[in-house]
Amino acid sequence: MLGSLAGVLFDGLAYGMLLFLLSVGLSVTLGMMNFVNLAHCSFAMVGGYVSVSLMNRFGWPFLATLPMAFLAAASVSVLLERGLYRRLYRASDLDQCLLTIGIVFVSIAAYAWLYGTEQQAVEGFPPYLRGSLQFMGINLAAYRLFLVLCGFLVTAILVASLEYTRFGAKVRAAVDNQRMARGLGIDVDRTFMLTFALGGGLAGLGGSLAIEMVGLDPGFALAYLVYVLIVVSVGGLGSIGGSFAAAIVLGISDMAGKYYVPWLGAFLIYLVMVGLLMWRPQGLFGKR
Amino acid sequence: MIRTLVVAAALALAFSAHAQKTVKIGVILPYSGQFADGAKQLDDAIKLYVKQHGDTVAGKKLEFVRKDTGGIAPAVAKRLAQELVVRDKVDILAGFLLTPNAMAAGDVSAEAKKFMVVMNAATSIITTKSPYMARTSLTTPQLNESLGTWAVKKAGIKSIYTMVSDYGPGHDAEQAFTAAFKVAGGTVFGSVRFPTANPDFAAFVQRAKDQNPEALYVWVPGGAQPAALGKALAERGIDARKTKVLGQLELADESARKAMGDVAIGIITAAHYDPNHDSKLNHEYVKAYNELAGRNPNFFATGGYDGMHLIYAALKKTKGKTDGASLIAAAKGMKWESPRGPVSIDPETRDIIQTVYIQRVEKVGGELKNVEIDKIPNVKDPVKEKMQK
Amino acid sequence: MASANGYLREKIRWRALELVFWPATLLPFVVTPDYLSLASQIAITALFALSLDLILGYAGIVSLGHAAYFGTGAYTAGLLAKHYWSEPLAGLLVAGVAAGLVGYATSHIIVRFRHLALIMLTLGIGLLLAEAANSASWLTGGADGLQGIRMSPLLDFKFDLYGKTAYAYSLAVLFLCFLLARRVIHSPFGLALRGIRENAARMPAIGAPSRAHLRKAYTIAAVMAGIAGALLTHTTSTVSLETLSFERSADVLVILILGGAGRLYGGIVGAIIYMVARDQFSGMNPQYWYFWIGLLLITVVMLLPNGILGGLGALYKKSQ
Repeated sequence: MLGSLAGVLFDGLAYGMLLFLLSVGLSVTLGMMNFVNLAHCSFAMVGGYVSVSLMNRFGWPFLATLPMAFLAAASVSVLLERGLYRRLYRASDLDQCLLTIGIVFVSIAAYAWLYGTEQQAVEGFPPYLRGSLQFMGINLAAYRLFLVLCGFLVTAILVASLEYTRFGAKVRAAVDNQRMARGLGIDVDRTFMLTFALGGGLAGLGGSLAIEMVGLDPGFALAYLVYVLIVVSVGGLGSIGGSFAAAIVLGISDMAGKYYVPWLGAFLIYLVMVGLLMWRPQGLFGKR
Repeated sequence: MIRTLVVAAALALAFSAHAQKTVKIGVILPYSGQFADGAKQLDDAIKLYVKQHGDTVAGKKLEFVRKDTGGIAPAVAKRLAQELVVRDKVDILAGFLLTPNAMAAGDVSAEAKKFMVVMNAATSIITTKSPYMARTSLTTPQLNESLGTWAVKKAGIKSIYTMVSDYGPGHDAEQAFTAAFKVAGGTVFGSVRFPTANPDFAAFVQRAKDQNPEALYVWVPGGAQPAALGKALAERGIDARKTKVLGQLELADESARKAMGDVAIGIITAAHYDPNHDSKLNHEYVKAYNELAGRNPNFFATGGYDGMHLIYAALKKTKGKTDGASLIAAAKGMKWESPRGPVSIDPETRDIIQTVYIQRVEKVGGELKNVEIDKIPNVKDPVKEKMQK
Repeated sequence: MASANGYLREKIRWRALELVFWPATLLPFVVTPDYLSLASQIAITALFALSLDLILGYAGIVSLGHAAYFGTGAYTAGLLAKHYWSEPLAGLLVAGVAAGLVGYATSHIIVRFRHLALIMLTLGIGLLLAEAANSASWLTGGADGLQGIRMSPLLDFKFDLYGKTAYAYSLAVLFLCFLLARRVIHSPFGLALRGIRENAARMPAIGAPSRAHLRKAYTIAAVMAGIAGALLTHTTSTVSLETLSFERSADVLVILILGGAGRLYGGIVGAIIYMVARDQFSGMNPQYWYFWIGLLLITVVMLLPNGILGGLGALYKKSQ
């Protein structure tokens, strides 16, 4: 019984990390920059398809494709930010919503046209990330361990760079009070572009890490939108740590619930979200 | 006044004489959205059949009008069927990947007396919606009852744990398999249903594993889930070569096998079609389909391909008459050799009678393939067979 | 107070454009008689969007779960027709009441929240209801949809293949609901709602009970959404889980924003443009039409902020 509890906790943690990695980019664009970016999963899809292409067509090792997924999605974000997003920073939430849904639709059709509608299968996925190892009677799947590792790493890097570097200070200043930041000589325009690129890049990385668990087809841009919105809202706007905590809470409660009360399975994540938001409307660590 | 009427009547006659030279087929499929890939597979097969057999049948030219439902949307499917009938004046309704959409369009087929060919949707009762409807794909019980019986009688499985998606098609499959499995003398000692939107199967697979089952029966919709489930099984150390894993063909179709890798070896599925089926006709079909679509045909494709065959053959038999009553009469009892093997349309139920293949994933020449290990010929839809008795 | 009444009287006066618009809705009967089924579904969607506008445009409640009430209405109408009473008009009323009850019950939660939490709670409630309908397949028919609905004729008019009855029915109901909505938003109550939208904290100070007002508005919107759902059931004799789905909630939100929220006609204009565009694009290109509809949305946002009506209104003002 204890063994299975530990197993469930580990699986839930790993599932939470998957949710976190998928949504951390959104907690930058929506959470910090306050842009209702419903196209978040479209950027994730860019990363996913870059990874798959590099592996299947050029034989790259999986790990080497991860930075490329980040860079590709970040570049696409910069293009879109310059061309479209930038003009709507001060527009209403509703207009932002409409723009980004438009982008989602375009991205779905574009990927269906470019790659076809089929599930992308990864050939040559590293064997050491498949399979599992036993530790004190608990079954630890290799890929789940890897996801947990990535989750902690990304959180550490993000928190460190946003809290303790000059760039991080600029971002926070620009987001909190544009006018004041401009007055202090911060290039707000450039800072916003870089922040948005960071959000898009993280989405790409998350997308690429998620393929092994959830697969990839052009519907990806919509299929996981609800999940990432749940993580960011429960975590609280403007807080990376909040998203991290929320993802862990959601992951573990979902996994434990499905294991102990499977008939409730479909309701769990929504019930937990509704409960947590009614308790703390601003999110676990939210400031606003 | 009378003169205008005469002119109008003459015009209408001239128009209908022209219209008589063509046969219009309205194809309703979910070309966009979650089920877009199945629609693409099926539509490519329709195109292949027309390419191979020409677009003229019984002296009439075929014209296609394609409509997208965007997913499960019976209200939209019904409207599209209505519009196809009243505006585009189609003679035949075809396509139909999804059960709710096929049922809704069935009302239109019945009311407008139009021949309708269901090329995929697999819930048993669909064909009862319209007397002008025939089906060239499968019914869920057809595969799963066969598999249930086979599991006990041929594979010697005594007890099994079932895991299915918690919605209509999953329930149908579970019910069909379980009933046949019990009748044959097996026991189902545990079961679990997972939510339809379910990115991670770990909790459910762990539950199954705790029971240490002799065999597992699994039903998940095609797409991303078979691979996710297969990987979850492997992660927990459930090896399909030791613990028998049984399911319907989606569980081990090409994309699922590719995504799973060697983990898939040993999975046993019941299928009405697999591109690996060994016959001359099928080899030619697979080759031609690859030339057109750049990949192997799957069961969606073959449902569409045979659906087109039924339309062509029925039109030939009626010598080009396109009313629903003539076409369905021609379709009843039609027999032909399909890439999947011998098939026919049951004259009583208008459902397809076909061979059910039991196949196992094996590595053949470095590639994962479904290898036929048994077959059950002339299987009718068991639900309607029981209804008749 | 007299001046406030004068303001409302001025607002409620019918404009010339409105007097042109409504008779024009009859044109499809003559001009495009082959498109009446589509016209009927556009009218239903317009009604659904109008109901969302009441809470989003006028009370500031952004909802990603409005399909909950549409679906409640659709299933109520379907179950009633299947088991007890297949005459549509009574079904419409019962469906409206059922959706209103669900709306009133949930409004107690909804009105206590703002911003992202509010959106996510509407989303959560909508998804929970959709899952419940899937689980209760003994009642709802689950994923296969509710089967066996046979509608009686509407006042002697059978629901025909051309969609004549369907369009006449949907249009008439849309118009009646529109009159009601128009009345509501140009009443002192409607004015108070807009006050709450602009500044929720201050309204109680001038004697307007914020939450009670919001609950009332939310319930009215739910009733209308339920009626729209029932219309869909009646005109197509089908109900499926899709009527409760996240996609339907998201679609109607997109439609309203596209047309312009808070303008009464926004939902109607949005529904016409979105659904006609969808029908045309998907007719031309069933596989990749998403691309063009996405492009349409992006173009509208870039050129006409605050939706089509909002953008055009601003342009008109500028030109004067």
